[in-house]
Amino acid sequence: MLEIEIDGKPLQVEEGKMLIEAAHAAGIYIPHFCYHKKLSIAANCRMCLVEIEKAPKPMPACATPVAKGMKVFTHSALAVKAQKDVMEFLLMNHPLDCPICDQGGECQLQDLAVGYGSSAARFQEEKRVVSNKNLGALVATDMTRCINCTRCVRFTQEISGLMELGQAFRGDRAEIMSFVEKTVDSELSGNIIDLCPVGALTSKTFRFSARTWEMARRKSVSPHDGLGSNLIVQTQHDHVKRVLPLENEQLNECWLSDKERFSYEGLNSTERLTRPMVKQGGKWQEVDWNVALDYAAHALRDVAKNHGAAEIGMLVSPHATLEEMTLAAKLTHGIGSKNIDFRLRQADFSADGKRKGTPWLGMKVAELNTLDRVLVVGSFLRKDHPLLAQRLRQAAKKGAQISLVHSAQDNLLIKLFAQATVAPSQLPTQLAAVVKAVAALKGIAADPALAKVGAGGTASAGSAANQETAQKIAASLVAGSNAAILLGNFAQQHPQAALLNALAQQLAGLLGARFGFLGEAANSVGGYVAGAIPVADGMNAAAMLAAPRKLYLLLGTEPEFDCADGARALAALQQASSVIALSSYKSAAALDYADVLLPVSPFSETSGTFINTEGRVQSFYAVVKPQGETRPAWKVLRVLGNILELDGFNYESSEQVRDELLGGKTDFVSGLDNAIDGIAKEIPTAAAGIERIADVPIHFADALVRRASSLQATADASVPSARINAATLAKLGVAAGDMVKVGAGGTATLLARLDDGVPDNCVRVAAAHASTVGLGPMFANLTVERA
Amino acid sequence: MAILEAINPTLTAGWHQPDLRDMNRDTGWRLKDYEARGGYQALKKVISDKLSQDQVIAEVKTSVLRGRGGAGFPTGLKWSFMPKGAPEKYIVCNTDEGEPGTFKDRDIMRLDPHSVIEGMIIAGYAVGATRGYNYIHGEVYELYQRFEEALDEARAAGYLGKNVLGAGFDFDLFAHQGYGAYICGEETALLESIEGKKGQPRYKPPFPANVGLYGKPTTINNTESLASIPYILRSGGQSFLDLGKPNNGGTKLFSVSGHVNKPGNFEVPMGTPFATLLEMAGGVRAGRKLKAVIPGGSSAPVLPADIIMDCTLDYDSIAKAGSMLGSGAVIVMDETVCMVQALERLSWFYYEESCGQCTPCREGTGWLYKVIHRIEHGLGRPEDIDLLNDVAGNIMGRTICALGDAAALPVRSFVKHFRSEFEYHIEHKRCLVPRDVQKAGSTFHTRLMAGATC
Amino acid sequence: MLSEATLRRIDREVSKYPDDQKQSAVMAALVFAQEEKGWLANETISYVASYLELSEMAVFEVASFYNMYNLAPVGKYKLTVCTNLPCALSGGVHAADYLKSKLGIGFNETTPDGKFTLKEGECMGACGDAPVMLVNNHHMRCFMTPQEIDQLLAECK
Ligand SMILES: Cc1cc2nc3c(=O)[nH]c(=O)nc-3n(C[C@H](O)[C@H](O)[C@H](O)COP(=O)(O)O)c2cc1C
Ligand code: SF4
Ligand code: FES
Repeated sequence: MLEIEIDGKPLQVEEGKMLIEAAHAAGIYIPHFCYHKKLSIAANCRMCLVEIEKAPKPMPACATPVAKGMKVFTHSALAVKAQKDVMEFLLMNHPLDCPICDQGGECQLQDLAVGYGSSAARFQEEKRVVSNKNLGALVATDMTRCINCTRCVRFTQEISGLMELGQAFRGDRAEIMSFVEKTVDSELSGNIIDLCPVGALTSKTFRFSARTWEMARRKSVSPHDGLGSNLIVQTQHDHVKRVLPLENEQLNECWLSDKERFSYEGLNSTERLTRPMVKQGGKWQEVDWNVALDYAAHALRDVAKNHGAAEIGMLVSPHATLEEMTLAAKLTHGIGSKNIDFRLRQADFSADGKRKGTPWLGMKVAELNTLDRVLVVGSFLRKDHPLLAQRLRQAAKKGAQISLVHSAQDNLLIKLFAQATVAPSQLPTQLAAVVKAVAALKGIAADPALAKVGAGGTASAGSAANQETAQKIAASLVAGSNAAILLGNFAQQHPQAALLNALAQQLAGLLGARFGFLGEAANSVGGYVAGAIPVADGMNAAAMLAAPRKLYLLLGTEPEFDCADGARALAALQQASSVIALSSYKSAAALDYADVLLPVSPFSETSGTFINTEGRVQSFYAVVKPQGETRPAWKVLRVLGNILELDGFNYESSEQVRDELLGGKTDFVSGLDNAIDGIAKEIPTAAAGIERIADVPIHFADALVRRASSLQATADASVPSARINAATLAKLGVAAGDMVKVGAGGTATLLARLDDGVPDNCVRVAAAHASTVGLGPMFANLTVERA
Repeated sequence: MAILEAINPTLTAGWHQPDLRDMNRDTGWRLKDYEARGGYQALKKVISDKLSQDQVIAEVKTSVLRGRGGAGFPTGLKWSFMPKGAPEKYIVCNTDEGEPGTFKDRDIMRLDPHSVIEGMIIAGYAVGATRGYNYIHGEVYELYQRFEEALDEARAAGYLGKNVLGAGFDFDLFAHQGYGAYICGEETALLESIEGKKGQPRYKPPFPANVGLYGKPTTINNTESLASIPYILRSGGQSFLDLGKPNNGGTKLFSVSGHVNKPGNFEVPMGTPFATLLEMAGGVRAGRKLKAVIPGGSSAPVLPADIIMDCTLDYDSIAKAGSMLGSGAVIVMDETVCMVQALERLSWFYYEESCGQCTPCREGTGWLYKVIHRIEHGLGRPEDIDLLNDVAGNIMGRTICALGDAAALPVRSFVKHFRSEFEYHIEHKRCLVPRDVQKAGSTFHTRLMAGATC
Repeated sequence: MLSEATLRRIDREVSKYPDDQKQSAVMAALVFAQEEKGWLANETISYVASYLELSEMAVFEVASFYNMYNLAPVGKYKLTVCTNLPCALSGGVHAADYLKSKLGIGFNETTPDGKFTLKEGECMGACGDAPVMLVNNHHMRCFMTPQEIDQLLAECK
């Protein structure tokens, strides 16, 4: 700690801090544009010039490290003159078009100009005009307003990991741009809108739709991946206008992924279901709530009575709130069924009954940055968990060795230490090889169950190169002091997910490391806590679809896209005598298979709780009134419970549901434990045939984002293709650019594309898209032939 | 152009006169020629005398060799800032000579490249660097190619590479070429450029001695500074100091351009009267009257004839007169020059070359140019002169690198010493010096034999 | 996209720098690419970026910052005349004017036959030899009086 003085105020400051940090921490504001606490220091705007005793000239506070005894004056005549002069330079070429600028009201330049700008412009020459750039569907540009602070450029280099923007040319011809009008395709691109201190980069989806001061700001929680980013939702006339990050250093820091920022468009989708509907005689009718609920209750009673309650299955979206899940479970049990599940994309349930607790990240999110060794298993990390990936990117920059065992080689924009890319069926084998190698390095007797793994053994499908990678990864892990094994969505969806879990556990045990799951959805942890899983002989999500039920209750899900096997889900729903869907949307598919559609609130129109992947309980309120006759799902379930005369459905508020479940207010849930026992380690041998690798593209992942039109116009939402490596293309007699029929009987016709990141004998076809639903399970063998 | 005359030459002693018709002709620059005039003896002496790093640095400190790149910072002191013991350190030579008026490093590189190599090896030894880079101005590409050849010679002779001359230290040296950016002469922009980026200067601190090339400790010196090292180690620091005057060691190359009869490089001891240099350069062209001199490259404040004629050529005397010795580039202007037009050209240069990163320079250089351009073209307003002074003042001391000051100083000094010419321009909407006189005064200067193409 | 010979030259540049500092070779790579292609088309920049494993924008920043790179096609002979003050005092502007009238073009223009492009240059570090001129970036010509210019133009076939 050092002692310094700012504006006469004595301060204790940590050594190595910059003056601006010290000042801001002490509540002394120093004007600035280029400085941003999460970005490298550029010191280019010169707005933060301050006077320092004994220094002959004003110094930039953002780049001047504190020194013992330093006396700083942020408002002295010298400092203010320097700041005013810089302001004059910044404004001389600026269009000063505040009245028509979208940044109006939240523009740092405008704010500071009021204090520092002088009214009479001494610059009377012609102003510079800079052409606008097309950066894609999300970010609008007005480059004449740009002050070249390079925050956006540094963001792409340092945070999102790929320098998609740069400052080209030099002098006052310098321009911020992407390379020849390339769109900015980063899944984090929207953050440059927040970073831009002026109105040069603004939101395309929000543009001109409201002035900032006319909107209300409400806190909320992101309903997408397991991170639970904190949001500021801005609303006007009960309409969500815009979503911004609410800073939370423990979670999203000051960032949001584009999915979290722009998916609100789906809230205002024309497909919104806003009135209850029932289908009678094949015809849909909008009806009153009581009619629809009676209809639903009647169907439930009818099936329970005539076919047994076990013929009722409840499929819950993992994005549903904790309260909704809780009441869904209660309702299911109340009518006598045990068939409920929220783990819709899971294929392997053999760990059920063997778990010690609720699977979770295994650590706090903020601890990810402190790891020095990480093995990520089965994850499309960057697109599945944009901001967790961002944390690992920062860790890698600080020297953490990050390795990946997976079935794809997407560029994670993280400097990987090692990566092994294997066919999905070989994922356990590859992980087992790492386990074995670690045991060998540690001088611990190898697990006999793994005897066959590795060179010579029958389970040695891994090539020599993969064996070598396993060794390399093992050596890296063993040398670390703070290691973690992280199982991604792909590993959790894998048909041998329990085995992967057991192997990760074994590996973590050998290393004294932690292991965890990267939570796929907003309530991947909450679903367990709410008990939205089958108990005893209840059926899990896969079983309910494999042995079709008579009646399905759907809560917030579109099973054709959200389940491990969309085709099977669709078939099961179509054959059911009744499907009661609590949904925010009316899709063509639902209109086909459902017979009751109950309009329930998306996250913005209800209070509720998400428990994120680290077990953090985050409750939120509705930010707008429900659209039309939409009602919060927890209320709908409560009323349904009442109509069915079930016990314990007398809740007054969602908080009451939550508090009863969690035993009062709590920040983190208890019972988190990734350990499982009694999983037989049967390491698979090499599989024959062509295996499918199915990713769930970021903007196909849930019902809300699927309806966000701007996101659907980005590169991340392009139509699925069949991605195959060169050797396999040759083997199949197909060329890149051909249309191919994929799946038994040619269920989908797709464009074949060369992707050398796909392992041999595999074809990568995205899931969760209408064009590929017919392919069935995400993990399966496929046929591929020229169309 | 080569050295036309010298007083007590050390650096240029033994140099061959170049063939002015052919820049690429072998002009005694090869290793054998350099060795014949005592080249690499200094390095051998360092090795055979088993001088320690500190002893080498002490010798350079004694010489009071002041950096020839412009700032005049004592070279020995700069070397002593390098942290001891860091495993990866660099020595970088700044041959990005692009300061208008300066053309001395070009002759060193053309006629004596091995002196730079030897200087860099010794510097590398002294600061514990095992790698060096020489950053060469893009426009002298032929000299970049020549330097690569010289490096090959030095490598083959065992002066470079692993275990230099069997003395147990490694040093390798490479050339990196610029490609058209004056700002890369600024040392941190130069480092960025070697790293394969735009040449945008870094904010200091940290200084390159701590965080330099690739983030590693780095010493950057000008070509002439480094080429002066062999003499210092061969003949002793004191001998070098004695050539010049206290606090201004040695001889120095002065590039004389503009309105003189014999433009060229002249090696003279520090402290030599300006009048002597002017005389060596053949005096003011065509017997015209001296009007003004920029004594240290275009970034240095201009001095009117009467002031400069009283100066001696050393850092202290020129500083006292209100300017800077800078790189020793003497731009001579006679009575036919319109000072507004001269300033217009210079301010265009700084506007064109601003790297664009910091606000005052990016915006201010354009503003200055536009106002001066207006005045020159008869559209000046009375308040413009104060505006120029003010804008220049608002750039100075507020920027990341010294280019901001370099752009402001000429403006302020031209306005200070030649204010009446600016006022005349504004009032009469034309030059004080008639256009045709200006034109005639700055036409081709065919002093040299017809057909010379260097 | 680039010839084998050019790629080998780039490889040699890469070898000058520490193993993890490939980016350092980008300036030289662009110089060689420009020598081969005459100018730096976007495809060429992309190619260099992928060859050196850099983002395209990182390479474009460099290509657009240093003004000896040609971001648009130029004539067979690009003549760059220094008109900075020291040169201007000794005929730099006269030489440029002479060239303009001889070629019938202004600065940043190319003769209709595609042979010559004229550029205004900044200080080339050869002020004592004014007027100074660069031919295709890499060859410097000094003392460019009208006779010398005539001879140069005659040499440019
Ligand atoms: C805009 C600008 C241009 C410069 N150009 C050069 C140059 O062309 N050559 C040079 O040696 N130093 C130049 N310098 C000075 C260098 O930054 C640095 O001080 C010098 O290379 C150090 O070497 P020395 O100590 O041997 O002089 C320039 C500085 C600035 C601010
Ligand atoms: S002073 Fe000019 S050249 Fe130097 S860093 Fe700032 S903008 Fe760039
Ligand atoms: S905030 Fe310090 S220079 Fe921009």
